[in-house]
Amino acid sequence: MSKIEKNIDTSTIDTFSCMPDENGHFGLYGGRFVAETLMGPLEELEEAYKKYINDPEFNAEFVSDLKHYVGRPSPLYHAKRWSEQLGGAQIYLKREDLNHTGAHKINNTVGQALLAKRMGKQRVIAETGAGQHGVATATVAARYGMECVVYMGAEDIKRQAINVFRIKLLGAKVVPVDAGSKTLKDALNEAMRDWVTYVDKTFYIIGTVAGPHPYPAMVRDFNAVVGREVREQCLTQIGKLPNTLVACVGGGSNAIGLFYPFLDDKEISIYGVEAAGGGLSTGKHAAPLNAGKPGVLHGNRTYLMEDDYGQIIETHSISAGLDYPGVGPEHSWLKDTGRANYVSVTDIEAIQAFHDLCQIEGIIPALESSHAIAYTSKIAPKMDKNEIIVVNLSGRGDKDIQTVATHEGITI
Amino acid sequence: MSRIEACLSTIKKNNGKALIPFLTAGDPSPSITANLMHELVLAGADIIELGVPFSDPMADGPVIQRASERALAQKTNTDDVFNIVKDFRDKDKITPVILMGYLNPIEIMGYKKFVEKASKVGVDGLIVVDLPPEESADLQEALKLHDIDQIFLLSPTTIGDRLNKICKAASGFLYYVSLKGVTGSNQLNIKKVEEKIKEIRAQSTLPLAVGFGIKDAEVAQAVGRISDAVVIGSALVEKIAKYSGNTEEMIEEISSFIISLRKALDNI
Repeated sequence: MSKIEKNIDTSTIDTFSCMPDENGHFGLYGGRFVAETLMGPLEELEEAYKKYINDPEFNAEFVSDLKHYVGRPSPLYHAKRWSEQLGGAQIYLKREDLNHTGAHKINNTVGQALLAKRMGKQRVIAETGAGQHGVATATVAARYGMECVVYMGAEDIKRQAINVFRIKLLGAKVVPVDAGSKTLKDALNEAMRDWVTYVDKTFYIIGTVAGPHPYPAMVRDFNAVVGREVREQCLTQIGKLPNTLVACVGGGSNAIGLFYPFLDDKEISIYGVEAAGGGLSTGKHAAPLNAGKPGVLHGNRTYLMEDDYGQIIETHSISAGLDYPGVGPEHSWLKDTGRANYVSVTDIEAIQAFHDLCQIEGIIPALESSHAIAYTSKIAPKMDKNEIIVVNLSGRGDKDIQTVATHEGITI
Repeated sequence: MSRIEACLSTIKKNNGKALIPFLTAGDPSPSITANLMHELVLAGADIIELGVPFSDPMADGPVIQRASERALAQKTNTDDVFNIVKDFRDKDKITPVILMGYLNPIEIMGYKKFVEKASKVGVDGLIVVDLPPEESADLQEALKLHDIDQIFLLSPTTIGDRLNKICKAASGFLYYVSLKGVTGSNQLNIKKVEEKIKEIRAQSTLPLAVGFGIKDAEVAQAVGRISDAVVIGSALVEKIAKYSGNTEEMIEEISSFIISLRKALDNI
């Protein structure tokens, strides 16, 4: 890996929002590492994306669907009781859990489905871990009248039975993936295999800011509506910008959606929270930015969980949506440049935060988002009472009730 | 001239067609792979394509995926793959060996170190499935220092300028992926392959191998008629899997399969 050089001099970086370069690189990360058959289709996708992202008619339809179908803007809610109990910073929750389908995932699937429609693709496919992206893809496929196939690891199908049924109710087909660890990474492999086979008529809606260029940039841009709204809401509701942003990071789409519009406000500190599972020291976690190494998987160069010979290793997290061995390449770049801090919280800490938010604020958060909540409860008490933290409450926790009950030995 | 070029140009001079079987290193166990390679040569293979197992083989169908899983279950690592090639080279100094795999195991070792080790044990070519020419400048530099050919893939979706660019960057031979899909697919359309080959021939004089979806002697012969070399992967790996409990029977089966393909190609 002769290309990987660390210790980048960040003082020379004027802007953090200019990535990727024209070849899809975020510094050393990103790029396009796929089989030859997909290179042509990716170039075609990139062209279409560049064309429509600045097309007024495309944007008008995107904004209109986000408003009337998704229910945007989502509220920025002042969690007063929780802030008071922690005794430090004022915490605001960006309520992506209130979106149609219950998570931020729909922002991106609406954008990609509108693009698919314009590219004349009648069939969409997706990979899913927790099932949220599968639901969001099946939803837009129904809305725009497209055929939809969702790939899901056999292990995740067991963990997320309710979302599997939701996807089917929406008229999509769920294909179980039995290869490898039977989780999200294997679902992604299988979706890629489908795409390479039916590439003429198929649009692959990737659910996170990973994959070959232009996916990391495209998925970020469709999710950046989150950060733009937060910026506006902070100015109107509080009269100033936040001091700190916190979001959970699996692949990292909700996090980059919140962070991106603030990257050049260098006085704002940014925290991405990875899943430490049973603890970083146990090796049973899903925290490549904290404990992984750079490598190449799923079409991009990024931090990965791998063994000494470059084989991808199994990840562990109570939250299926964070159970992924890689991370979006832009996060790898933000880590190396020091613009964002990447920390981790364990399963146990996340579950505690899940209960806290339920009982203190009357909000049931997704286990993914509970990681961000948990980290916030660590830093808020150390901050001043007039400082502001914005946490991305990326999804609602109804889907996780069974998991929490099982974890606590309760039969529903 | 590299061993690959020498091999293919001799075959071409004699109006023959090259037969390139693929097997995964370490499937069913690293200790017998070198033997299997010798058996393939005895049965009529001209070049051996040796798969480097990877946990996430995105471009492969179920047959080769499972071969990777079996090899990894036997703890086959990249150094074992080099040892297999070394064992093979002890007895066979002529047959070219091409490693085929994914980038991550190469990247973690470091391009320079990987290529040095490969060269030392007698590897002749390298196919990195998920490394398109756009991202391969550094690896190519390392390979050139050791005269290892980087074999690029062309596919039905490779058109226009891109086709031209890859033809120019390639060495050894060109590998045409006969269909849109993964290895072991079942939908090869010989007419379409022929049309594309004409297009490629107009851009390059390098020998042309065709792979993906060639499952028996009949298809091999049809593909051989319009190309210089035929790659057999999943159909062979399936037999290795079927007889993995009985090495003797496995060798008998794969040998007679390769002999049938050899005959089909020799009768063109």
